[in-house]
Amino acid sequence: MVQKRGIGHWFTHLGLIVGVLIIFFPIWLAFVASTVTQPEIVRPPMPLWPGDRFVENYTSALVSGINAPVARMLVNSLVMALGIAIGKIIISLLSAFAIVYFRFPGRRLFFWLIFLTLMLPVEVRIVPTYEVVAGFGMLNSYSGLIFPLIASATATFLFRQFFLTVPDELAEAARVDGARPMRFFWDILLPMSRTNIAALFVILFIYGWNQYLWPLLITTDPSMNTIVMGIKQMFPSGDDVADWPVIMATSILAMLPPIVVVITMQNLFIRGLVDSEK
Amino acid sequence: MEKRVTFKGWTLPLCLLLPQVAITAVFFFYPAGQAVYQSLFIPDPFGLKSQFVGLGNFNYLLNDPYYRASFATTAVFSGLVTVVSMGIALYLAILADRLIKGAGTYRTLLIWPYAVAPAVAGVLWMFMFNTRVGVVTWYLGLLGYDWNHVLNEGEAMGLVVAASSWGRVSYNFLFFLAGLQAIPKSVIEAAAIDGARFWTRFRTIVWPLLSPTTFFLLVVNVVYAFFETFGVIHTITSGGPQQATTILVYKVFSDGFVGQDLGSSAAQSVILLVVVGLLTVIQFKFIERRVHY
Repeated sequence: MVQKRGIGHWFTHLGLIVGVLIIFFPIWLAFVASTVTQPEIVRPPMPLWPGDRFVENYTSALVSGINAPVARMLVNSLVMALGIAIGKIIISLLSAFAIVYFRFPGRRLFFWLIFLTLMLPVEVRIVPTYEVVAGFGMLNSYSGLIFPLIASATATFLFRQFFLTVPDELAEAARVDGARPMRFFWDILLPMSRTNIAALFVILFIYGWNQYLWPLLITTDPSMNTIVMGIKQMFPSGDDVADWPVIMATSILAMLPPIVVVITMQNLFIRGLVDSEK
Repeated sequence: MEKRVTFKGWTLPLCLLLPQVAITAVFFFYPAGQAVYQSLFIPDPFGLKSQFVGLGNFNYLLNDPYYRASFATTAVFSGLVTVVSMGIALYLAILADRLIKGAGTYRTLLIWPYAVAPAVAGVLWMFMFNTRVGVVTWYLGLLGYDWNHVLNEGEAMGLVVAASSWGRVSYNFLFFLAGLQAIPKSVIEAAAIDGARFWTRFRTIVWPLLSPTTFFLLVVNVVYAFFETFGVIHTITSGGPQQATTILVYKVFSDGFVGQDLGSSAAQSVILLVVVGLLTVIQFKFIERRVHY
């Protein structure tokens, strides 16, 4: 065995624990700040142990917030993240099915057109995309938040790869039994893809929830802000003092849903991460 | 690879493709085309008509000291983020890999900063290092160090690098740990029996066998630092002080939306497009090679 025993063993644990603590520290500090009063923060150093204002600060953030109630921003984020995850999974399943299981003219062309989109994050084409969305009158709307972000092919590519590994005998059998293509899709392909769909859902949910630049551009109305972009809007312009407890409570609320998703669905998450990077 | 068994018909597959093709055309190809088109024009100040300038926007950009500075900033920034986040992650992964039991527990403990949005990470770090109320700033002050990332360019860069690397450590740790655990223990034990000490084993066995993972992470992290760190920059420094943290993506935003210089912003988009293209090609080349291993 090459693993160390005795002292070396404890040093390994010590190193890891120090690493974990350092990684944890920013979140701990945000949590502490969300449970104390404003004067405790603005007269440094702030305490490093939680205070007793947890309920007050979180209620104040959720109910009134600063520009808009944070509860409202949470709903916006949820709609956006679910819309992106579900929308992308549906359109990708359909198009991957078409590309893998049919032969039709222009099939390769479609495949390459979709494949090309793998390369361009929304950050690169923001100005023209913004103009398109504004032209449709989709500023400050959920569809404006969702559609531009599902226009990429990562999921299509992934489902294509998976469908290619599905044994040919299944489609053969379905055809011999006289099943129509959509019947095969619903009864055989979809149940087989369950794990892949779930793994992808976890990744896409986090991706959608954590979007920043796009919501920043198209939601000028505070009641349409998503929580991740709304935090920055809570800082006053100029020299006014920021309302730190409320802002930090909002930050904690903003990171909670994706963290819960990652921890409770750790195995699906890791699988999705590995799949989507292959 | 192709399917041998397929279904017949043209209309059904075309209908199935329609949603994706429609969304991609409207929200992807049209805007991307517009970016290329706009990059060849300079709009007049009232936005009524624009004048064709060919590659003038590109020519101007490449001679613009601010744009060149932004390129250099991006290179420094993404280099630092990649090295810092991969270095820390590799160190932690090596430690976790030495454990017989408990690696899984540490994985759970280290994995979740990945879920924190870059913009939120930016707010957390900005809070710690805030010039007025920041805890770390205060303790640094006790030690006699006057931290001020609002004025000091180097400190501003350091802070955005730290905030951007923080969540990335989780991601890199995950892949490094998986890579390390995939190395057959027998090889390492054989070397140990032959008397190779830890560093020798690491240098001659572990590092070479880990290189596919390392190279993959290198590309992925550079892409991350280029495109996904906008939130960090925007929340902490807004590109300042004196453009010291204006990375390319931030400049597209500030020129296009704040400065309303559409031609230049579009040309910058096209340049970024080329950069992503190159990075993607590198990534695919590498993945192809990994498949043939």
